[in-house]
Amino acid sequence: MKRSAAVLPVLVALALVGCRGGTKQPTTVKLGVFEPMTGANAAGGAMEVEGVKLANELYPSVKVGDKEYKIDLVVVDNKSDKVEAANAAQRLVDQDKVNVVLGSWGSSLSMAAGPIVKDKKIPAVAMSATNPLVTKGNDFYFRVCFIDPFQGTVMANYAAKDLKAKKAVIIREVSNDYSVGLARFFADSFKKLTADPAAILAELNYNTNDQDFTAQLTTVKSMKPDVIFAPGNYTESALIIKQARELGITAPFLGGDTWEAPEFIDVGRQAVEGAVLSTFFATEVPITPTSKEFLDAYRKKYQKEPAAVTALGFDGYLVARAAIERAGSLDGTKIRDALLATQSFPGAAGLITFDQDRNATKSAVIKVVKDGKFTYLTTVQPQ
Amino acid sequence: MIVHRRHLLYSLAAGAVLAAFLFVADTWFDAFTLRVLNLCAIYVVLALSLNLVNGFTGLFSLGHAGFMAVGAYTSALLTMTPEQKEVNFFLEPIAPWLAHLHLPFLPALVAAGLVAALLGFLLGAPVLRLKDDYLAIATLGFAEIIRVVLTNTQNITNGALGLKGLPAFASTWVVWGCAALSAAFMAFLVRSSYGRALKAVRDDEIAAGAMGIDVFRVKVVSFTASSFMAGVGGALLGHVLTTIDPKMFTFMLTFSILLIVVLGGIGSITGSIAGAIGVTILMELLRFLDGPIDLGVVQLEARPGLRMVVFSILLMAVVLFRQRGLMGNREFSWSLFSRAGLWPRSGRGKHGLA
Amino acid sequence: MTPALFLQHLANALALGSLYALIAIGYTMVYGILRLINFAHGDVFMLGAYVAFYGAALFLLPWWASFAIAIAVTALLGVLLERVAYRPLRDSPRISVMISAIGASFLIENVAVVLFGGRPKGVTVPDVMNVRLQLGPVAVMSVSVVIPIFTFAILALLLWVVGKTKTGMAMRAVSTDLDAARLQAIDVNRIISFTFGSGSLLAAFGGILWSYKYPQLNPLMGVMPGLKCFIAAVVGGIGNIQGAVLGGFMLGIIELMAIAFLPTLTGYRDAFAFVLLIVVLLVKPSGLLGTGHAEKV
Repeated sequence: MKRSAAVLPVLVALALVGCRGGTKQPTTVKLGVFEPMTGANAAGGAMEVEGVKLANELYPSVKVGDKEYKIDLVVVDNKSDKVEAANAAQRLVDQDKVNVVLGSWGSSLSMAAGPIVKDKKIPAVAMSATNPLVTKGNDFYFRVCFIDPFQGTVMANYAAKDLKAKKAVIIREVSNDYSVGLARFFADSFKKLTADPAAILAELNYNTNDQDFTAQLTTVKSMKPDVIFAPGNYTESALIIKQARELGITAPFLGGDTWEAPEFIDVGRQAVEGAVLSTFFATEVPITPTSKEFLDAYRKKYQKEPAAVTALGFDGYLVARAAIERAGSLDGTKIRDALLATQSFPGAAGLITFDQDRNATKSAVIKVVKDGKFTYLTTVQPQ
Repeated sequence: MIVHRRHLLYSLAAGAVLAAFLFVADTWFDAFTLRVLNLCAIYVVLALSLNLVNGFTGLFSLGHAGFMAVGAYTSALLTMTPEQKEVNFFLEPIAPWLAHLHLPFLPALVAAGLVAALLGFLLGAPVLRLKDDYLAIATLGFAEIIRVVLTNTQNITNGALGLKGLPAFASTWVVWGCAALSAAFMAFLVRSSYGRALKAVRDDEIAAGAMGIDVFRVKVVSFTASSFMAGVGGALLGHVLTTIDPKMFTFMLTFSILLIVVLGGIGSITGSIAGAIGVTILMELLRFLDGPIDLGVVQLEARPGLRMVVFSILLMAVVLFRQRGLMGNREFSWSLFSRAGLWPRSGRGKHGLA
Repeated sequence: MTPALFLQHLANALALGSLYALIAIGYTMVYGILRLINFAHGDVFMLGAYVAFYGAALFLLPWWASFAIAIAVTALLGVLLERVAYRPLRDSPRISVMISAIGASFLIENVAVVLFGGRPKGVTVPDVMNVRLQLGPVAVMSVSVVIPIFTFAILALLLWVVGKTKTGMAMRAVSTDLDAARLQAIDVNRIISFTFGSGSLLAAFGGILWSYKYPQLNPLMGVMPGLKCFIAAVVGGIGNIQGAVLGGFMLGIIELMAIAFLPTLTGYRDAFAFVLLIVVLLVKPSGLLGTGHAEKV
């Protein structure tokens, strides 16, 4: 009891002391890296951070006006949790006083940071958050990837034109915003392309962390679709495809960029051979000189092939750095304006131009799983 | 009596100090510190609400995340402007009856509580006949059902896409006002004859029944009141974050509130308040555990997740070695100071609220 | 629905139900003796699968050896868990024990996140478990045939242990009245440890077979199966071993058949188990095969 009376003020005092930041003249530029390091999205977060760190090693400083500033990365874990994400973002802009925020993997986590960066007028650059709501109505949030509507169209085109599919079934992860959005955009454009309002035979759902999909898949089998579109988490998707093959379903599976993780192949093994997905970047076809630079550096450092979102992490850093340099100032609004003016910036994952909604218009890449590897199939340009 | 009046005076003074502190905080603190401070208040409301059923009535309920979700969505949908709703519901249009429904913040907050309370009442009527672990698992299941329904009713909740752009109504004064009201309500309740009935039910249901207490009614009322507070707490959380989605309201959320209640002391109002503030601040302070740790001699690699390990161990330690938590089921009272010798001895101080 | 399609759905449901049943047995044993929901059962399940995985991947043991080692290690962990988290609270209020159980569950999960990492791991399924069998119109994997065989073998073994052996008699005595059993010179602690050990052994068994059927591991993989199997145990009548098996099969069949007949409800699947639980608890609180207990005054 006595303790409680004593503990409280001490805690409050500690918190205040611990949280006070100095207000010295900045000698460095700070980039806040706002990513999930634990929780459900940890894998994606780690891949993006890899890219950001690599870019930081190659370009550790930035010229603002005529002064060279060192760039410091402040990495915070948003724990794949919205409340934590908001705290972390607030901490970045308030305590750490970062100049630009990078991240986060997971659109809903980025959305938690949205009002905070907008309020403080600190520009933020998402790397692979594809939900349109992230940047909608928030003139401080940018992203260096394309958005779901484009990706859905790309795969619908592939299904209708390359595979000559007439009927499709959609299996979506109903608790995942990304999956729900992508499924809708695929359905809309597939119906248009086939000129058949009944081209989608069924939209079946599952929940994140489900492991048994035999009931849905048995239903799918009886419908005999030409193609199955199943965007979602890589683990669940790999299990879906594995169970489908076990049930004797032979139709090809199509998915989105989230599939491109080593775990997808590790879990799915033989079953995911032939699975087709759209993504941001292929190591086989470097698009710009930056792509080559990124690939060489990455391979040298990690002795493996990078994931597409790692390239996006690399790009997020470079775009932000270039904007700071062009703004010639550390003022958030000025950096924002410089970001808006980004035109055909050569990123590792393609040329970046922001449209009026601050989304990057850029090409998509289609890959197929072949011999246990994600293999480049084709590039699709935006209209 | 004189002692009593003096304690009242102390309490008023403490209230004034708190208000002054909040004023200072609201004016000068940076947004991060203020956010943590306001989260503290929301967790006070939530902890008190969980403590009402788990601590004071002895019902082990794990459904809090569900009631919070209902409150958060109710208030969000009532306060968002039609334009905001249109921006959010870009995949599937919002149900027409919802599109233009609009209320100011305070009525919406009350509505959030009321909808959660109604749900609590409807659920409580059947499941409160269950006991102990059965009740725990049934309420847990209920919260899961709510989450699944929120995920699937896309034209009402926007499903997995979540809602963004909730008005940021939850200012320092609003959240701390709610926390103070909740604390006052609880203090009033436990001192009333109803509060004695609650504790009688907790301590021995059969004896309480024999004494003429309508055990079932007491349980339902307590559960409903707790749901109301949880709904309000959920709504406040939504307005602090200004974005919500079904994934927020998992069992993890209930668990963190349970942690606060257990650490603070099951059945103690001041314990819950201290627990809520302490845990919320500690959670932020211990953030360094997830990053690389520099011990001077050795550099430890970052081990994300270490912070939650520390909290789990803390919880286990409290349960195993100090089951009563920080405050047990007692309350903080000014006479503690006189007993500790900090104040002149007052003789017959009234110990605690309980 | 064609008969062939129905048969395939039924086969799927039985394969899932037998796994549920296997795990539910462990729940029911522990509950029967201590009147305690072992919230950490699902996490023990996860540990079992991880130990087997590391045995095979790191130490290159043949699958059956890592299988055996994993269930032995996990059984010991279960005994340890009871020692540390539950035994000190044996005379405490129920609420403390339940909180301790939840705390233990979270501790195990969080430690697993730190130790094993949050990213999922793919499991190499032993060849014998990974054969595709086509039985007329029905396709199943061999692992789905192996699981029910194990489930029923274990059911028979347990019924024999509990019904015919001396230990089983002691278990029943402890379950009926712990203090009276102690007065009969039964070593209550030993019996409880034994029960916990065998419960955890079954959890590990279930976890490993689960990872052969759904070949991925992550630190939270036990949470949902844990909850659902607890529900299965309650539906069948907690404390009753046949009841757990019945409940497990029922849950598997209801879950899959509901989706099979009403595909629009697929998104609500996780809610089915809880709805079933609430309905059963309200209609027959002691479960289908359970016997009611009067509250002692």
